[in-house]
Amino acid sequence: MKHEQKHNPPMKYGMAIDLDKCTGCGACMVACMSENNVPFKKDESNKLDSITWIRVYKLTNGKSFPDTEICYLPRPCQHCEGHGGHSPCVSVCPATATDYSQETGIVSQIYTRCFGCRYCMAACPYHARYFNWWDPVWPDGMEKSLSPNVSPRMRGVVEKCSFCFHRYQQAKNKAYLDGERRVPEEAYQTACTQACPAGAIVFGDLNNPTHKVHQIVKPDPHNGNKSKNPRAFRLLERLGTNTKVYYLSSREWVRRAGDNYLEHEKTGQVSKPHH
Amino acid sequence: MKVDRRSFLSFVIGGAAGTALSPLPWKLMDDSSIWSQMWPWTPVPPDGEVVYEDSTCSLCPGGCGITVRKIDNRAVKIEGKPGHPVNDGGICILGLSGLQMLYGPTRIKAPMKRMGERGAGKWQKISWDEALGMLTEKLTAIREREEAHTVAAIAGSDQGTVPALLARFMAAFGSPNFIRTPSYQDTDELAVGTLFGEAGRTGFDLENADYILSFGSGIADGWGSPVRMIKACSLWKEKRVPVVQVDPRLSNSAAKATRWVPITPGTEADLALGIAAVMIAKNLVGSGAVSGLGGIKNTLLTDYAPEKVSLSTGVSVEAIVEIAKDFARANRPLALCGRGKAQSPESLRETAAVYLLNGLTGNVNQEGGMWAIAPADYIQWPEVARDKAASAGLRQPRFDGAGSGQYANARHLLQRLPDGLNGNGPYPIQVLMVADANPCHSLHDAAAFKAALDKIPFIVSFSSFNDETAAMADLLLPDHVYLERYADVPVAAGLPSQTIGLSKPVVSPQFNTRHLGETLINLAQAVGGSVAESFPWKNYETCLQETLADKWDVLMQKGVWVDDDFATAGSSLQMAALDTPAVEIEGDAGTFPLLLMPYDSIRISSGYIGDTPFMIKTVADTVIKGKDGFVEINPQTAGEMGLSEGDLATLTTPRGEAPVRVHLFEGIKPGVIAMAKGLGHTAYDGFLADKGINVNELIGPVEDPSSGLDAAWGIRAKLAKA
Repeated sequence: MKHEQKHNPPMKYGMAIDLDKCTGCGACMVACMSENNVPFKKDESNKLDSITWIRVYKLTNGKSFPDTEICYLPRPCQHCEGHGGHSPCVSVCPATATDYSQETGIVSQIYTRCFGCRYCMAACPYHARYFNWWDPVWPDGMEKSLSPNVSPRMRGVVEKCSFCFHRYQQAKNKAYLDGERRVPEEAYQTACTQACPAGAIVFGDLNNPTHKVHQIVKPDPHNGNKSKNPRAFRLLERLGTNTKVYYLSSREWVRRAGDNYLEHEKTGQVSKPHH
Repeated sequence: MKVDRRSFLSFVIGGAAGTALSPLPWKLMDDSSIWSQMWPWTPVPPDGEVVYEDSTCSLCPGGCGITVRKIDNRAVKIEGKPGHPVNDGGICILGLSGLQMLYGPTRIKAPMKRMGERGAGKWQKISWDEALGMLTEKLTAIREREEAHTVAAIAGSDQGTVPALLARFMAAFGSPNFIRTPSYQDTDELAVGTLFGEAGRTGFDLENADYILSFGSGIADGWGSPVRMIKACSLWKEKRVPVVQVDPRLSNSAAKATRWVPITPGTEADLALGIAAVMIAKNLVGSGAVSGLGGIKNTLLTDYAPEKVSLSTGVSVEAIVEIAKDFARANRPLALCGRGKAQSPESLRETAAVYLLNGLTGNVNQEGGMWAIAPADYIQWPEVARDKAASAGLRQPRFDGAGSGQYANARHLLQRLPDGLNGNGPYPIQVLMVADANPCHSLHDAAAFKAALDKIPFIVSFSSFNDETAAMADLLLPDHVYLERYADVPVAAGLPSQTIGLSKPVVSPQFNTRHLGETLINLAQAVGGSVAESFPWKNYETCLQETLADKWDVLMQKGVWVDDDFATAGSSLQMAALDTPAVEIEGDAGTFPLLLMPYDSIRISSGYIGDTPFMIKTVADTVIKGKDGFVEINPQTAGEMGLSEGDLATLTTPRGEAPVRVHLFEGIKPGVIAMAKGLGHTAYDGFLADKGINVNELIGPVEDPSSGLDAAWGIRAKLAKA
């Protein structure tokens, strides 16, 4: 006899990052490195091979002194949903090493499946994926600081932000033990969200109207999950990547920096992505 | 046997089919995947029981509460402690990477004595008994010759029981030479003493202020208690509190402000006084806010009229008047100063001018205002016992001259040490002890300081890390790091409260190190006589517990003790004369057409603690690239000099010369160039050393004529394409 299985309604974990609040302090980057056993080399100034799952970019408005403005933009993996889970990277992976979870909306990365073809890196429009050109080496004694919750990666594989998926697993286990069906909002937060001294990052379930992230973003399911918040935008929204990381800024030039616009176009007028 | 075409093809095809059907190729492919990916030396972190331990971070003066995640006895992650009065769960980049200091390769792992030439890095591990014996022997001999004053100690702080034990050791031993490293604290203490007539420091009620006027303070760049400051920035955004940042450079603080006021560097005091003058002229001053205002009123109105101030500062008359009006009309406006992370002293004139602004609002010692706070007084130890040797030593003047003559107002003048050692001091220094300080890197004209150390026959470092100053020592007596020890962490850093945090041992000591408090108690007991009498404690923990008395239980339970009902240092602000001269910058404008200013970045640790591997990873490739450091320059200025992005250039100042790369930045005033502080290390490890230039080697100390404090904020410079 076939068992009727009862599923939780699917979740869609996502972020809202308030660029008005972000000071570019870099705490998110190091919180992530420390949480996820991200390796480091003696020279990390070649940013092409420097692994930072979340990277803070510095944007400027291009105006000359004294009208110059700066805005910092932290960029984790955008966890694209695309159309029905067809994230750019997931679609091209020949090894099924990366997948879109319909349960959580998280794009996974399974290091032991990855054989390093780097198609996903070419496909990702956000440079959110990093390749291990070398084996990680921790100086003598420093392996002591490695967390057993995240496996250190080896040479030849791609890695990226997982929205601290191990924290979700732990929170889910705990919720079940506590007799709850759903993971409470505060029980699952990413390391960057937790560390951010500015409180600029808000993380939670975009499907859940009680979660702060939903209330900030107000995603519009009839318009490709575009935010109804006039301050909000997504990176390269018009590609139809349908990302789950939303950015907030009160400055028009910052919102414009999120995509390629023609001169006459305004950011609010972006049409619904089509497929 | 004849092999014809047919049988050859059958053999090849059959062989290929056979191989493909056999498990061999698949097995080989699998093996090669395993071989190429699963190196046995990729660590598999052992699993275990998870526990969280609370403590207090003491890597900067901020005093944040931390929670350390441990797997068995390994610390694997540092997080901010939710609900903590200072940081409420937030944490900065330095605090997050503390484990890289605990377990990292920069640790000094055992007591060591120098073997080769000084600075050559040849050391021999010795036992603690031998190490303390060596030092005791030196100190006892000096004391017997009644030359106790020729021993000096440099400390990164004088707050808390550990620095207090070092200061006490010096006093009991008989030396007046306990010298604290320079910081904005020096100026702040001086300004409070001058303006309020009592000893103390300032605290700022940022969370309740409704208008912020910052004179170069790096409110988002590590000023004060950095996490608290960033939290305040977000709070101001939410409450729409206007933030005005006066800064010659578009710092992160300026970028976060509602208004950036680019100013001619070094004229901040003029602007502050100009704003004060507008407030007075327009009758926007709180009644009876500042006593003695009448005496300076006319000077202010004539010498600091907006038109005059506009000329010197480069800030428009309209901007000055508008800021003055907005500032005065806000309910709880607050003015801040102390450049960048406030790691250097400032001119007394500038600080007094900014504090005067706070005084004029009438918000001194009020909610949302500036507080003058009496020094923390929980360390109540009996007077030190003084025998003949101690009394003789303490009758001698301080080596740095602080506290007497033209330097009567200053307490510590470390920048005067090299000159004193090079023959202009009152006496020679025979032993130097250094704790929690790295003057060979962080002092202006660091190279001169390092060279002058040649004149000191015996140098002892208590550093936990291979820093530049420890590299110049003869004896290393390494301290535990903060995660391995008990210590009280009194937090000043602009907090409008008396707050004490407790550092607790999160993990057992990783190496053969010893708590500095313990070392000092051991040392005092070994030296004997009245020195031993002044150190009656069995060990450091007893000392700490007795000192904290009734606070101990609270601290053990909550990790932090807060007194919001603290004693103030005076109630009214008494205006001092405005004729204190400004701090002139070194170098002549003819030879050196540019102004070089160091800038602070929260991602680059620039004090005694060096940047960790994680932190240096977050530094942009327009700040360091390979071994090269960058200098920021306005594209217009660069264009005039024929320099473009990434060019190699030679940067010359009256104090030195260095190869740099050029980074064009629109957010810097033409004619001004800037370099990040905290780079150009030669010691520590391969993750930090040999990256960029130590800007402190290009800048010399400039004494504030009114105090003697080193208030250099830059230097004249020139750039030439290499």
